Amino acid sequence: MSKQLMKGNEALAEAALRAGCRFYSGYPITPQTEILEYLAKRMDEVGGTFVQTESELAGINMLLGAAAAGARALTSSAGPGFSLKQEGISYLVAADLPAVIIDVMRIGTGLGDIAQSQGDYWQLTRGGGHGDYHTIVLAPASVQENCDMMETAFDLAEKYRHPVLVASDAAIGQMVEAVELKEFKEHDINQYDWAIRGCKAGQEPRKIQNIYYTDPEYPEHLRAKYDAITATEQRWESYYAEDADVVLVAYGISSRISKEAVNMARAQGIKLGLIRPITLWPFPVKAFETCKNVKAFMTVEINILGQMVDDVKLAVDCKYPVGFCGTFFGLPEPDVIIEQALAMLEKEGK
Amino acid sequence: MVEMICAGFGGQGVLTTGLILAEAGMKLGMNILWYPSYGSEMRGGTANCTIKFSDTEIASPYAKQIDILMAMNAPAIDKFEHSLRPGGLLLVNSSLVHDERTFRDDIKVVKVPMSEIAAQYENPKGANIVMMGALAANSDLFKPDDLERLINEYFEKKGKINPKNALCFRAGVEIH
Repeated sequence: MSKQLMKGNEALAEAALRAGCRFYSGYPITPQTEILEYLAKRMDEVGGTFVQTESELAGINMLLGAAAAGARALTSSAGPGFSLKQEGISYLVAADLPAVIIDVMRIGTGLGDIAQSQGDYWQLTRGGGHGDYHTIVLAPASVQENCDMMETAFDLAEKYRHPVLVASDAAIGQMVEAVELKEFKEHDINQYDWAIRGCKAGQEPRKIQNIYYTDPEYPEHLRAKYDAITATEQRWESYYAEDADVVLVAYGISSRISKEAVNMARAQGIKLGLIRPITLWPFPVKAFETCKNVKAFMTVEINILGQMVDDVKLAVDCKYPVGFCGTFFGLPEPDVIIEQALAMLEKEGK
Repeated sequence: MVEMICAGFGGQGVLTTGLILAEAGMKLGMNILWYPSYGSEMRGGTANCTIKFSDTEIASPYAKQIDILMAMNAPAIDKFEHSLRPGGLLLVNSSLVHDERTFRDDIKVVKVPMSEIAAQYENPKGANIVMMGALAANSDLFKPDDLERLINEYFEKKGKINPKNALCFRAGVEIH
């Protein structure tokens, strides 16, 4: 298939349809509104159901209903709207239901603003709602990856009967790049024996319910699920990390800027590398084994608290210093990244 | 890699011009990236987009220094002239920018009376196409014949075929 131009958010929407998604329920908020705008027209063309709900809460709970019926169901939000989804995500986890929820990150606590940010990392990776849970979190870094990742998101959700979050950001959402779309894939809504599809006379009724408290074997089932995900689903991209003195760790839009920093540094003979987590949870711990020459790690994030630093420290058993290059309203700049990386190297006396 | 900013008033077709050029680059086999100015903007306010063209993978969508600035109004020059690399190209919409304005002397400045030329061909919506003609003539980014064909393809796809577009483009190509 030939290439075409697509905006990041539209690519997520079209790719979801091509992965067999036929149900969307959600509410507009910048910077993800193009997803709704696109699906409002396009969902009808492929015979699916699009609902602009009265609120984010209605959006996530309609999604739960569609997921329970075996559909590939999608919702999306950003900022305060994504916070409103958390109760429903916790309910999806409790009911072992697969669904995909996109967060196109924007800046701020409270209302914040529409600028790009990576301030939702903890909310995304620590289980943003109540109860103890994780969700798989996929972080695309290009419009092409938006296209490729939606099918993976639905496949993983169904493989583990668990919600999958897609962590995009305002920059990836708004940019236009040339993409190759995947072919359409049929999703059979009747293929799973757990989906509730209406009960005929004499049939044993199926149930979607939260059995956490009543089944003594359930905690073990849950632990096994999280262990399996952690063992098998770590995804990352490694860029000049193997021989690097300082390895940057960045995802989403920050990884694009970090890649430019690596290119600039290498041109000057500075051995910088990059690990780009593609799954934020499970965190790609395995990626760090490949850094043979590293003296220090440094995360590059658009937030002020260095939310990913702890995960990197855990990944390397605190054996290496882990620095943080962060910005708030502005963007990380390649020359500042290089400067800070060199300062870390100097501090290590190497 | 060629890095370019296209800037002007909202409503001047600044973002669309960038998209047309990005699509043309894609069809000629380049890697491209288009990134809009992003924030709370209002009608009549400023708009701009960054477009990158490259043979290799494009990493960051942001450009601190640029090779080409397409300035559709005076505020666009105020905001981005300093970002041009020495030897860079500044295309100025001289229909809107004061004649006596001075520019950096280490860049190439080409004045394009885009509105007058478009009016001359009774194609007021074709002003940006004049500008794109001037771009093709004054940089190595596109051969004029390629860009003319690809602009036509862009509008054909939208069902907006207008033979006057080619006249506007050709008039732009004559401007040096």
